[in-house]
Amino acid sequence: MAITKAELAVSLHEELGLNKRESKEFVEQFFETIKGALEDGSSVKLSGFGNFGLRDKPARPGRNPKTGEEIPISARRVVTFKASQKLKEAIEDNSDALKRLFS
Amino acid sequence: MIKTPTITRSELIEALVDKQPHLAHRDVELAVKTVLERMGGAFEDGDRIEIRGFGSFSLHYRPSRVGRNPKTGESVAVEDKFSPHFKPGKELKERVDAINN
Repeated sequence: MAITKAELAVSLHEELGLNKRESKEFVEQFFETIKGALEDGSSVKLSGFGNFGLRDKPARPGRNPKTGEEIPISARRVVTFKASQKLKEAIEDNSDALKRLFS
Repeated sequence: MIKTPTITRSELIEALVDKQPHLAHRDVELAVKTVLERMGGAFEDGDRIEIRGFGSFSLHYRPSRVGRNPKTGESVAVEDKFSPHFKPGKELKERVDAINN
């Protein structure tokens, strides 16, 4: 099952005892603050989880895969994510279980 | 990755304290910890994380392959693995792409 903002709010309510409205609002503000920082051109480093960075990509020729028609892709700024070493190691330590789950 | 100013976890906590003055500083710290641990735990368990307006996190399976030691050119077996992946959502993409806005 996918984790959503609603599940994160439930965790805050159940584990920290914030009320439901506060929990929901906190989760909104958490992601809004990260989005705002990225929008303002900052990268965001969340120790133990990972880093959100920015990358400027030059314009390049693209193609509509359906029609084969050439359409230029404009220069753009995109968000990148690099998981922390800690998170990568935790995933690696659990890879046997993950392989069973996905096979 | 371009060179940019950086917001750290502690600066994120301060920003959230400012925005939610009704919450105690300690509660904001714990809430950030709880959210990140919940997301990290989901990653480890292979659960997708879908945050509307922000993006989704999932694991991508990388099959085993024959790699090369770039220094010596020697062949080395690389085991299959799961790598964490983030796909930015529509709103985040649009807000960050200042060049086109």
